[in-house]
Amino acid sequence: MSEHVHRDDFGARLGMWLFLVTEIVLFGGLFIGYSYMRYKYPIEFHHGGMELNATLGVINTLVLLTSSLTVVLAIVAIQRAEKKRAMAFLGTTLGLGLTFLVIKSFEWAAKFHHGLYPNAPHLATLPPGEQVFFGLYFTMTGLHGLHVIAGLSVLGVMLWWVATDRIRQDRYVHLENGGLYWHLVDVIWIFLLPLFYLAA
Amino acid sequence: MSETIHSTEAHAEHPGYGTFIKVWVALLILTGALVGVSHLGQTYAVWGLLTLTPLKAGLVFYFFMHLKYEGPLLKIVVLVTLGTLLIFFALLFSDVAFH
Repeated sequence: MSEHVHRDDFGARLGMWLFLVTEIVLFGGLFIGYSYMRYKYPIEFHHGGMELNATLGVINTLVLLTSSLTVVLAIVAIQRAEKKRAMAFLGTTLGLGLTFLVIKSFEWAAKFHHGLYPNAPHLATLPPGEQVFFGLYFTMTGLHGLHVIAGLSVLGVMLWWVATDRIRQDRYVHLENGGLYWHLVDVIWIFLLPLFYLAA
Repeated sequence: MSETIHSTEAHAEHPGYGTFIKVWVALLILTGALVGVSHLGQTYAVWGLLTLTPLKAGLVFYFFMHLKYEGPLLKIVVLVTLGTLLIFFALLFSDVAFH
């Protein structure tokens, strides 16, 4: 405000939220599809869930929940002009996001090793309900994974901007919006955990 | 319209580190509870899914995503979206029920 530059932080956040609701509807549609398929194939979904590693799913939940915390703490730090602390929190978030992807890649690699990947010959021999389960599993966790990569890229830029004072105590709406995106990625995972990993 | 008021008021309203750490602890406890009930059998698992998961998502929306500190417009945007999804969900299952 003191720079006499026109700024509308609320408008920026409203724009971000409007984008986020399109993301909610995107995943919401997949969740509704999942509900119907689970209703149609309850036993096959139970068997499919048993194939997944629940421990890795829970660990990744803890990783993402903590990364969400560190983003919101980075905003508190910026509001208090604690730049170094904000950078440390954002750096932790990036580290946790990468940890999530590494765990995810190990999990997917194990599935691939067992002949479970989209269009796999082994998958075609499974009952239709289990094929649907793994189809949804790869689609939804894959789409979520892409969102994690996008979120990490955005937060990487935010860290750069904090370091170069483009984001600072009197001007941090970009960080807030980047954080909003990251939290939504976390919320989607909150739903994926019980739907897939705890389904057995 | 109230942007100036907002930016001056907001400074006093900002929650501190403690608030968010408490929410994070609650999220961890709820995750533990969700994993716990999923071992008690199908009925408990489904009820856990339908109650604890939205509660966790609600905590993230309300605190981490700062909806608690926003005006009514953003809250309405989110509620209308969730309401729309709920309508589609209800429509689908009302159709399924009569097959």
